Amino acid sequence: MQRLKLFIPLFIFIILAVFLLNGLDRDPNAMPSALIDRPVPEFSLPVLGDKESVVTQSVFQGQPALLNVWATWCISCRVEHAYLNYLFEQGIRIIGLNYKDDIVEANKWLSEKGNPFVLSIVDSSGRMGLDLGVFGAPETYVIDSSGTIRYKHVGVVDDRVWKKHLLPVWTAVQSNN
Amino acid sequence: MKQLRNHTVFLLLMVVSCYALSAVEVKEFSSDQLRDRFKVLVNELRCPKCQNQNLADSNSPIASDLREEIFRMLEEGQSDQEIIDFLVVRYGEFVMYRPPIKTTTLVLWLAPGFLLLIGIVVIIVIRRRQTIAPDISSTLVGNEQEQLNQLLGESSNIKNTKNSEMPSSEIVDDKGES
Repeated sequence: MQRLKLFIPLFIFIILAVFLLNGLDRDPNAMPSALIDRPVPEFSLPVLGDKESVVTQSVFQGQPALLNVWATWCISCRVEHAYLNYLFEQGIRIIGLNYKDDIVEANKWLSEKGNPFVLSIVDSSGRMGLDLGVFGAPETYVIDSSGTIRYKHVGVVDDRVWKKHLLPVWTAVQSNN
Repeated sequence: MKQLRNHTVFLLLMVVSCYALSAVEVKEFSSDQLRDRFKVLVNELRCPKCQNQNLADSNSPIASDLREEIFRMLEEGQSDQEIIDFLVVRYGEFVMYRPPIKTTTLVLWLAPGFLLLIGIVVIIVIRRRQTIAPDISSTLVGNEQEQLNQLLGESSNIKNTKNSEMPSSEIVDDKGES
């Protein structure tokens, strides 16, 4: 019994080590989206670069799409943009959500860096972002052909993230179409 | 003259810095009751972006948006529960610093009580040991009293006969010390 007591610190250490080791692989910023498997919230907003037209949630009906939340003030979006261009070349349908941004700046950004988006929804007030549960750009959603959100990634989409997380969902969504 | 100008600049800077420090924007509530409810809500709701801060403390853009939204909803006459539900639907139960009791949050709710219990048990055990320990030294078990009497008797005999036997007196000294 006395002997066993000597091992108490070791046991405590092992328990702590297991928890900490487990925590290493976790992203503390990763939060399960409350909107997974729910339809894209209703909205009616202008399109970037086209003052006349108004876009609604029906834009997500019919074929799957990625919804990418971006802004010119967002530094990580700058990093991500090249990869979005690459995805566009691969024929991925990406719809942009220009989140709380300056429209002139946003248009300039797209003409300078290339436009990977089918269209960009202008959300100057951040109202749609709020309904989507956006808490920072960039964020990328996988939306299926019925307009249902299937996956959400917070942060930059790069080759690793795309292949590991988004592509499997995207493939599944495509085959269900 | 130059010194006066420096003073003025310094004072102006102080005034400006006061504004810079207040991250929370000024809001005009229609009643004190609403303001109190707002205070409670922004303290109990968590900022989705900066996860270890509540909405009241955080100066991230999203926290400011959410404060604005809560303000708007309060002024519209919505209940606290409606406002919390509104945020939970969008950001998940994560935003509540006071989460509901469910199977997933059970550990969260029970852990403090459990740890307190462990603490109490440890204190009781330590206390017990401390009170038992002096008892052991002061009570004589079995024939120890007999032995002691014998030794005391021997030493008094020794005194009487003035025949000093080293070993027995040593034992007496030991007992006296302990």
